[in-house]
Amino acid sequence: MSAAVTVTPTKPWKASKRERLTDVAIFLVAIFTSFVIVALTPMQGKLAYFAIFFIAYALLTSIFKATQRGSAAAKDALVNSLVAIGAIVTVVPVISILATVLKKGLPGISFGLFTHDMALATPTDPLNNGGILHAITGTLTLVVIALILSVPIGILTALYLTEIKGRFTGPIRFLVQAMSGVPSIVAGLFILSAVLYPITKAYSGLMGSLALTILMIPTIARTSEEVLNLIPNELREAGTALGATQWRTVAMIVLPAAKSGLVTAIILGVARIAGETAPILLLTGGGDKVNPNAFNGPMGSLPYYIWKSFNAGSPEAITRAWAGLLVLVGLVLILFTMARYLGSRKGAK
Amino acid sequence: MSVQEIIIPPAREITTEPRRSDKVFRGVVTTGGLSSLVLLGLIALFLGYRGFEVLRQEGIGFITHSDWSISTDDAGNVMDSHFGLAAMLVGTILASLIAVVIALPVSVFCALFLNFYAPGWLKKIMVTIIDMMAAFPSILFGIWGFLVLMPSVEYWAKLLHKYLGFIPIFKMQVPVFTRSPFVAGVVLAIMIIPIITSVSREIFSQAPLDRIQAAYALGATRWAMIKAVVIPHGRSGVIGGAMLGLGRAMGETVAVFTVLNIVFQINWQMLLGAGGNVASLIILKFGDASPYEIKALMAAGLILFLLTLVVNGLANFIVKTTGKSGR
Repeated sequence: MSAAVTVTPTKPWKASKRERLTDVAIFLVAIFTSFVIVALTPMQGKLAYFAIFFIAYALLTSIFKATQRGSAAAKDALVNSLVAIGAIVTVVPVISILATVLKKGLPGISFGLFTHDMALATPTDPLNNGGILHAITGTLTLVVIALILSVPIGILTALYLTEIKGRFTGPIRFLVQAMSGVPSIVAGLFILSAVLYPITKAYSGLMGSLALTILMIPTIARTSEEVLNLIPNELREAGTALGATQWRTVAMIVLPAAKSGLVTAIILGVARIAGETAPILLLTGGGDKVNPNAFNGPMGSLPYYIWKSFNAGSPEAITRAWAGLLVLVGLVLILFTMARYLGSRKGAK
Repeated sequence: MSVQEIIIPPAREITTEPRRSDKVFRGVVTTGGLSSLVLLGLIALFLGYRGFEVLRQEGIGFITHSDWSISTDDAGNVMDSHFGLAAMLVGTILASLIAVVIALPVSVFCALFLNFYAPGWLKKIMVTIIDMMAAFPSILFGIWGFLVLMPSVEYWAKLLHKYLGFIPIFKMQVPVFTRSPFVAGVVLAIMIIPIITSVSREIFSQAPLDRIQAAYALGATRWAMIKAVVIPHGRSGVIGGAMLGLGRAMGETVAVFTVLNIVFQINWQMLLGAGGNVASLIILKFGDASPYEIKALMAAGLILFLLTLVVNGLANFIVKTTGKSGR
């Protein structure tokens, strides 16, 4: 009779205690080196600490790996460090941007900011004078008009690419891609030359919205196309098999099934244009008081307000610009989170 | 028992002719789809039409000369005008190239990190952050770049000049570091990192899994696997992504305007505080431009439009063709 032997499960691929200890040791030595070198040489500043730490860490790990497992492992360790630095360098600016906007923008945020406009104030006034009501209403007006114009065109384009697949599918897909690369200033100049000078001859919110529409169409079209491509073909076939015409299939089956994805596409489009500055500077005229009429008279908007305050240059004006940026970034982030939420819910279903 | 009569139904016509509602539907959708074609055509047409007069007068000098001046008499009639974009074009290309040179390695390493190194939770967070960064408005990058980043970048420029000044590209005669193409390039690099990263990530994630596993099974380290499988697979896709970034960097307006000193003189010294940018020129001159100068700006916009169109078209072509071969 032999005793049953149970092998305890192990994880041989996991780093052993000793390996982890050496990792930590190398890390600490690298930090130590950076402090020593910064203290002993004329180099100084955050950059020096960071650079020396990184170089020391990369060298130490690769030398250590080289002694243990040869040159291939050393190269691997070196690339490990490089890859980590790539990730860090990508994320650091975002964190810096968000932190700066919060830090410099918060002092400029007050209740009055959202209830007053700048009709009786200039950017260099003390902060409790005036506000951004005109800019917020202006941006909302611009975005709503751009939405009304671009959503039908964007979604129709996506439908053409996914449902009709006619002769022009290739060229149109290519052109939509190309259109998403059109510089915003060119869109502004186009509206200026094609609509503002020959027809209306005056700055207004509508002109800004037209330029934003051009910038928004490709975003909506491309994202919607991706969403519509995800709708299983069986749904379309089922619709046709039940005797529906193509029009009924698309309107009653495909579009409802893709609803949340299409909303995501629209929100991403709004996030793309909400902070567009260059065409706004060319076309809207940037009024200082609340102007509910998009067809007549200059219209303020958040980017214009930020731009104007920033260029005014005094400390109060710069704080105003940061406060405006904070509101704008908050808006973009809310839209972005909404798009993410809707997008992920669709994936979970 | 009655005789059952067999009724033979009349022959039925089956047609593929769509109904009227479908015809209307197809017509509407096709019209909508063609609108992007029409819009792009109209942009080129109108900018060309408005700028035609200037383009005809300046001829090829519009892109080879670099002085931009206009003088008018008291009545507002144009006496003399010289419009040349050379300095602006050189500045645009210089700043965007710097941006791509900085952003490309960072993005590629970041994309490798996301695909092959990062644990799942970190990847999710970082992808969200990078997508978020792509949605940041450009004025945010501009003002942040001017007030926060520029002092550091000028310091880096001084270091480069001091220690690497013997390399021709870092050479400069007059040590003026403020608002140089280098600063603009760094800001643009930060703006295009998300684009290049997400394109590269997409391409890398399509690297054939069987080959990745084969490489590991042969005992390859992670880097050896990447070098043998992922990079050959993704190389041209990454180049396409870099060109998409280049196109974005060339058309960027506000962010460059805030951090660049615009000088109407061709300058290839990237650390010197004198640059040019077509898009920024338009913002700079638009405010107090006479009708004739506006026409010149329209022509400048046309050149910029065509430039970005070519770069983007090429980039999309490269990305598309590699995307197909990968699957």
